[in-house]
Amino acid sequence: MDEHELHRRVLTYERGWIAFALGMLVLFLALIGYTLGGQLAGVVPHGEAERVDPARVRVEGPWADPARLVVKTAPGRYTVHALAFAFGFQPNPIEVPQGAEVTFKITSPDVIHGFHVEGTPINVEVIPGRVAVVRFTFRRAGEYRVVCNQYCGLGHHTMFGRLIVVPSQGEAVEGDGR
Amino acid sequence: MAVDLRAHYSAHPEKRATLYFLALGFVVFVVGSLFGPFQALNYGGLDAYPLLRRLLPFLNSYYQGLTLHGVLNAIVFTQLFAQAVMVYLPAQELGLRPRMKAFWLAWGMAVVGLLTAAVPLLADEATVLYTFYPPLKGHWAFYAGAGLFVLSSWVSAYVALELWWRWKRAHPGRVTPLVTYMAVTFWLMWLLASLGLVLEVTVLLVPWALGLIEGVDPLLARTLFWWTGHPIVYFWLLPAYTIVYAVLPKQAGGRLVSDPMARIVFLLFLLFSTPVGFHHQFADPGISPFWKGVHSVLTMAVAVPSLITAFTVAASLELAGRLRGGRGLLGWVRTLPWREPAFAAPVLGLLAFIPGGAGGIVNASFTLNYVVHNTAWVPGHFHLQVATFVTLTALGTLFWLVPQLTGKPVSEGQKRLGLTAVWLWFGGMLLLGLGLHWAGLLGVPRRSYIVGAPPDAYADPALTLPKLLNAVGGVVLLLALVLWVGVMLGLLLPRRREPALLEAPLPLAEAVSNADGRRLGRALDRLGLWFALAVLLVAIAYGPPLARLLEQLNPVAGLRLW
Ligand code: HEM
Ligand SMILES: [Cu+2]
Ligand SMILES: [Cu+2]
Repeated sequence: MDEHELHRRVLTYERGWIAFALGMLVLFLALIGYTLGGQLAGVVPHGEAERVDPARVRVEGPWADPARLVVKTAPGRYTVHALAFAFGFQPNPIEVPQGAEVTFKITSPDVIHGFHVEGTPINVEVIPGRVAVVRFTFRRAGEYRVVCNQYCGLGHHTMFGRLIVVPSQGEAVEGDGR
Repeated sequence: MAVDLRAHYSAHPEKRATLYFLALGFVVFVVGSLFGPFQALNYGGLDAYPLLRRLLPFLNSYYQGLTLHGVLNAIVFTQLFAQAVMVYLPAQELGLRPRMKAFWLAWGMAVVGLLTAAVPLLADEATVLYTFYPPLKGHWAFYAGAGLFVLSSWVSAYVALELWWRWKRAHPGRVTPLVTYMAVTFWLMWLLASLGLVLEVTVLLVPWALGLIEGVDPLLARTLFWWTGHPIVYFWLLPAYTIVYAVLPKQAGGRLVSDPMARIVFLLFLLFSTPVGFHHQFADPGISPFWKGVHSVLTMAVAVPSLITAFTVAASLELAGRLRGGRGLLGWVRTLPWREPAFAAPVLGLLAFIPGGAGGIVNASFTLNYVVHNTAWVPGHFHLQVATFVTLTALGTLFWLVPQLTGKPVSEGQKRLGLTAVWLWFGGMLLLGLGLHWAGLLGVPRRSYIVGAPPDAYADPALTLPKLLNAVGGVVLLLALVLWVGVMLGLLLPRRREPALLEAPLPLAEAVSNADGRRLGRALDRLGLWFALAVLLVAIAYGPPLARLLEQLNPVAGLRLW
C-alpha cells in the first residue's frame, strides 16, 4: 500500500472512531440527565450553604435535641438530623418508615466523615461547618448499614451505624441492604 | 573503548540532571510502593502490618503507611518522572541545551521539599493522607515541604518553555516539532492546573498549621485541592502519552499515523483538563448541582483526547506489525517486539488502561458516582491508570533512556528479568484492580484498615472472591517490586559504558502525516491564544462557585485524630 492510500484509509477509520466516541459520550450525558430527573435527584446534596458552628452542634440546635433527631414533617415525610463524629453516628440506629420520603440533614462536630448507606446511592461527604442535605425513599424494609467512607483518624475503620426501615403495613420485609 | 564521561557530561549537562531526576523518582517509587502489597493484603482480609512494622519500626498505623504510599507514589514519583522526560525530550528534539542553573534549581527545590515533608511523615506528625483534607491538621513542615516540591515543577516548566521560546526565535514561522509541542502544552496545562493546590497550601494550610490563622474552611480547601486534583492525573498521564506517541511506534518498527492528531489531543488536554474538578465533589454539600453538572459535561469532553489516543496508538502499532510482515485481522499483533521490555511495558499498560478508562467514565457520571464514591472501586480504578499504565511506561522507559544517559548497555539477562517484572506487574495489577472494583461494588470503603474492623464487618461470603483477588494481587506485586529493584540495580551498577550508546539519537518515530507547513499546524501552534482560552474556561467553570464559597466562608478549627 502506498503512503497516500495508507494515510487516506487511516483518516477514514479515524473519523469513524471519533464519531462513534462522540456519540457514546452524548448518549452517556443523556442517560445521566435522565437519571437526574427521577429518584436520584434527591441524592445530590443541596447546593445551598447551610452553615453551622461545629463546636456547638452537640449542645444546641436540632442535632442536640433528642426530640428533633427524627421528625415527621408531613404525612409520609420525615427529616433526620444525623451527626457523623469521630468515631460513630447519631442517632444510632436511625429508624424511618418504609416508603416515606426521608430528608437527611447531616453534619460533623469534628473532621470530615463519609455517610454511605450501604446498597443505596446515599453517599455523602459530611463536612464540619456545613449541613449535607439529601433525600431518599426506602422501598425495602430492613436493616441497612451506614459506613464512614472518608478517612477521619485512627478509629475510621470502626465507624459504622445502623439504619432501620420499619415495614409500613406491619408485615416484615426481609432485606439486608444489598 | 573507554568513555570520557566527564567530557560527555560537560557537553550534555542536561543528561546528568535528567538521570538524577529519574533515579530519585525510581527510589521514591520503590519506597512508596512497598506499602502497597500490605494494603492489598488488608483488602484481602489479612493483617500483614505487624510484619511490616517489624521491618519499619517507625510505622505507627495503617494510615501512616497509606499517607506515605499516596504521597510518594502519586505526588513525588510521578512529578520527578515528568521533570526528567518533559525537559529532556524537547531539549534533545530541538538540539538545545536547557538553562542548567534553572534545571538544577528545580532539582534542589524538589529534594529539599521532599526531605522537609518526609520528616513529619516518618515521625507520624502528618498522617493526613495524600489529599490532606482539613480540618485534620498535620505538621506545618509537611505542607511547606509538599508546597516547595510542587513549586519546583514550575521551575521545570520554565526550563521547558524557555527552550521552546529560544527555538521559536531562531525559527520564525516554523511549526513547533511534535515532542516539544507536547511538552509545551503539558507544562502550560500544569501551570494553570497546579494553581489551586499551590493557593491551598500557601494561603490556607501553611499559615494555619503555623498558627497564624485560626481555622480553614474545609469545603474551600477541598475545592482548591480538586482544582488541581483532577488535572494532576493528566500531569501523570501525559509524559506517558508523549512516550507512546513519539517513541513507542519507533520501537515497534513503524511510524506514528498522524502528527496533527497527536497535537489536537494535547491541545484538548490543555483546554479541558482543569475545569472538571467537581466530579470529585459530587458528594459534597454546599456546591450548586448546576456547576457540578457543568463540570460533569466538561469531564466527558476530556475523555475525547484519550479515546483519540486509543485509536492513533493502536493504528500506529498495527502499521508497525504489518510492516514487520504481520497479516490478517490480528496476525500483526504477534509480530510486534514483545521480547523488548521497553515495548511490552507501555503496551500492556495501555491494555489495562482500557477497562480503567471505562471505569473512569462511571466515576465521572454524576448519578452513577454515588454508587462507587469512596469505595474500594476508586483505588481499583486508578491502579489500572496510574499504577499500571503510567508506572509501566515509566519503568519501560528505563530500558532505552538509562543507556542514553549513562552509556551503560542493557544485557539480554536484564531484558529477560525486566520482561518478567513487566508481566508480573501487569498481572498483579489486573488481579488487584478486579478485586478492588468488585469489593467496592459490594460497599467496601476505600482508605480503611478493614482487618481492624469488628470481626463480622466484612465477613459477607460474597466478599470471599474479591478478597482473594486482592491478596493474590498484592503478593504478585510484591514479587514484581523486588524484581524491579533488581532490574534497576542491574541497569545502574555495572561499570561498563559504550560511547555509541551515549551518542545514540532519541528513538523518535516519524509521522505518516505532518503538521509543518500546514494551516492546521500553524493554527494549533498559536499556544498563547489557546492558553488564554484555557484560562477563560477555568474562570467560567470555577469563578462563580468559588466566589460563592468565599462569600460563605466558614473556617473551622484543626484536629489531630491519629
Ligand atoms: C506494589 C504495587 C502497589 C500495590 C499492591 C498497591 C496497592 C494499593 C491499595 C490496596 C490501595 C488502597 C488502600 C486503601 O484505600 O486503604 C492503594 C492506594 C493508593 N495507591 Fe497503590 N499500590 C501499588 C502501587 C502504586 C503506585 C505505583 C501508585 C502510583 C504511581 C499508587 C498510587 C496509590 C494512591 C494514590 C493510593 C490512594 C491513597 C489514598 O487513598 O490516600 N500505588 N494502593
Ligand atoms: Cu471515617
Ligand atoms: Cu478526576
